[in-house]
Amino acid sequence: MSLFADVPQAPPVAVFKLTADFREDSHPQKVNLGVGAYRTDDCLPWVLPVVKKVERLIVEDNSLNHEYLPILGLPEFRSAASKVALGDDSPAIKDNRVGGVQALGGTGALRIGAEFLRRWYNGVNNTSTPIYVSAPTWENHNGVFADAGFKDIRPYHYWDAAKRGLDLTGLLDDLEKAPEHSVFVLHACAHNPTGTDPTQEEWKKIAEIMKRRKLFVFFDSAYQGFASGNLDKDAWAIRYFVSEEFELFVAQSFSKNFGLYNERVGNLTVVAKDNENLTRILSQMEKIVRTTWSNPPSQGARVVSKTLNCPELFAEWKGNVKTMADRVLFMRDELKSKLQALGTPGTWDHITQQIGMFSFTGLNPKQVEFMIKEKHVYLMASGRINMCGLTTKNIDYIAQAIHEAVTKVQ
Amino acid sequence: LEPFVLRSWWGGVQMGPPDPILGVTEAFKRDTNPKKMNLGVGAYRDDKGKPFVLSCVRKAEALIAAKQLDKEYLPIGGLGDFTKACAQLALGANNEVLSSGRNITVQTISGTGSLRIGANFLSRFHGGSRDVYLPKPSWGNHTPIFRDAGMQLKAYRYYDPSTCGFDFRGALEDISKIPEQSVILLHACAHNPTGVDPKQEQWKEISDIVKKRNLLVFFDMAYQGFASGDIDRDAWAVRYFIEQGHNILLSQSFAKNMGLYGERVGGFTVVCKDIEESKRVESQLKILIRPIYSNPPMNGARIATTILNTPELRLLWLEEVHGMANRIIKMREQLVAGLKKSGSSHNWQHVIDQIGMFCFTGLKPEQVERLTKEFSVYMTKDGRISMAGISSGNVGYLAEGIHAVTK
Repeated sequence: MSLFADVPQAPPVAVFKLTADFREDSHPQKVNLGVGAYRTDDCLPWVLPVVKKVERLIVEDNSLNHEYLPILGLPEFRSAASKVALGDDSPAIKDNRVGGVQALGGTGALRIGAEFLRRWYNGVNNTSTPIYVSAPTWENHNGVFADAGFKDIRPYHYWDAAKRGLDLTGLLDDLEKAPEHSVFVLHACAHNPTGTDPTQEEWKKIAEIMKRRKLFVFFDSAYQGFASGNLDKDAWAIRYFVSEEFELFVAQSFSKNFGLYNERVGNLTVVAKDNENLTRILSQMEKIVRTTWSNPPSQGARVVSKTLNCPELFAEWKGNVKTMADRVLFMRDELKSKLQALGTPGTWDHITQQIGMFSFTGLNPKQVEFMIKEKHVYLMASGRINMCGLTTKNIDYIAQAIHEAVTKVQ
Repeated sequence: LEPFVLRSWWGGVQMGPPDPILGVTEAFKRDTNPKKMNLGVGAYRDDKGKPFVLSCVRKAEALIAAKQLDKEYLPIGGLGDFTKACAQLALGANNEVLSSGRNITVQTISGTGSLRIGANFLSRFHGGSRDVYLPKPSWGNHTPIFRDAGMQLKAYRYYDPSTCGFDFRGALEDISKIPEQSVILLHACAHNPTGVDPKQEQWKEISDIVKKRNLLVFFDMAYQGFASGDIDRDAWAVRYFIEQGHNILLSQSFAKNMGLYGERVGGFTVVCKDIEESKRVESQLKILIRPIYSNPPMNGARIATTILNTPELRLLWLEEVHGMANRIIKMREQLVAGLKKSGSSHNWQHVIDQIGMFCFTGLKPEQVERLTKEFSVYMTKDGRISMAGISSGNVGYLAEGIHAVTK
């Protein structure tokens, strides 16, 4: 009798199943609006020109080897990554109270942060500290905190389906009612999956309550630069909270804004009260990293580090990021115009008001099923579409498909 | 109550203890003695003491660069061509397990990542005991990895300090008492930290008793090819156990044998009863992996795959691995010769009998301390030295130093 006879078949991760189904579809006009990766107007992956350049430099540099990185990662990468999030002139960095933990993508940064919090936050090994994630949120947030040992993961109000925007009242109410010391996972910009971000005034309200109620700020920043095309603008919320003296974590991903998806480049930025606290925190982060992956992968961090630390390459990178953000903004404009031109019932302002890679279309599960089965347009059951999957070549087909879904399927 | 700006969440966070091995390297860096030696390092060094990037790696990198591939996410379980090649390397291309498809092999973050995924899998799905039995001693990171995954650690006798060799009787005695369905971790070759490996006849007896006790075998193979210089020879124990019917767990690392340390290339394999079971296990491994790092890094896996699947590169790799292993073996011989020449009357045969990167010299802590203070030779307190830190240029100096503290 096998030891593993009772291991149940686990359900597939939805977003990857969608892509698998898409791949098997032979329909000539099929479109994949599922997984969150950038595509060019020819619907192809895009390796950023600056990345190609830097990778060539790395391969040709015979002085580089493949030795282990330190446990916390490549030092030049960590400092540059934290600087990108907090700003060149960040007072927290000047105070020497900011540290970074290089991690395997944004996921890895979230997980290391979650593991640390479970061990050391709100008492020692307090697994009952409530973790609040937005409703809806990136589905892996739940898994990350649950597997880190937290027993109480709760939603906070976020998406208002009726008005297709932020449920600010519900959000603020949840903040007021959350037990003190609860952890809140906040999306720094380009909320996944809704594309709906708080305004600056709304962020200020959120911060005021979080400070008063002693709630912990854990930012997930996967789209800096990718949302508006401007790095500083996309980091406004993070920097505001830092200026309000919060100790906080920021899980940064360079998957999208550098197009380095498969090299797993991320950074957990830690902002502490002072250097003494930071030192102790990082020493414990090392212990967590050591039993998870020992030390992080070298390649992606080298690419990002070289780019961020060289003024010309940095400027070139910002241009590449703006190219991606601009194409997405253009597609948003186009989709809204076409739906309006078709006279598709409902308002479509949210398409252009939302920001970043994703849009919550407002399509219901039945309409989504119609889109997939009848029109071969693949999107998540939540109605989320990846704007990067839209091109000037397929946008008419997609707009028409949405129009039919809305008019034919209730 | 302090004002908000002065409060901190982290007052209760203790300072983590310094890593003992890192401590050795830090002290080494500070030493100004031109003859200093760092024998703590767990990475291969050439005869000039420099890191060694294999030619097959450089060639593979050039091939890959020319292809201009994209950077799309890998599947959660990693690069398919890599996991196939990785399993083949360990089990042998003609292994029945591979042809029946009853293994699941996932790409992992080198050996540590592999062990951790395995530990997490055991913690969640192993209905038997929570206990994992490690050899005494074992790699220092084994214990915290399994502990953080929620398992409990126990030990079986392994190293015999009186012979600096394998405590075969002690191991068999202890293993024969392990409760059924416990997990036993075995180092496939080049035991870390002692360099002491069982002989084939001894492995056979270990397999028998493990079978009798109905234990779940977890092999850690971090040095395939690096131990004897022969990849098949180094995988003998793994393949023998599978032949004998053990459905093993296996961790592989390409850090040392391909010199891909910082690229984090590894594999985790579960040998299942049949292909149906392997699908269920695979689905659960993905569920474990996704909330840790989503999917693994591409670069190192691509390099490893290119090497394993390109005939000229594979041949070149086998030569280079052989070369690394040979240099280590030569250093062992030269160290013993140097000790004899220095006039040492002790029996240093174990230095030659042990295998792989590490050597348990048998030095006591006081002797280690003297070696460090008087000769600037840096090593861990347990008397372990990394053979990689020795070169033909400094082996004589080391012999003199060891002799001086042991005569």
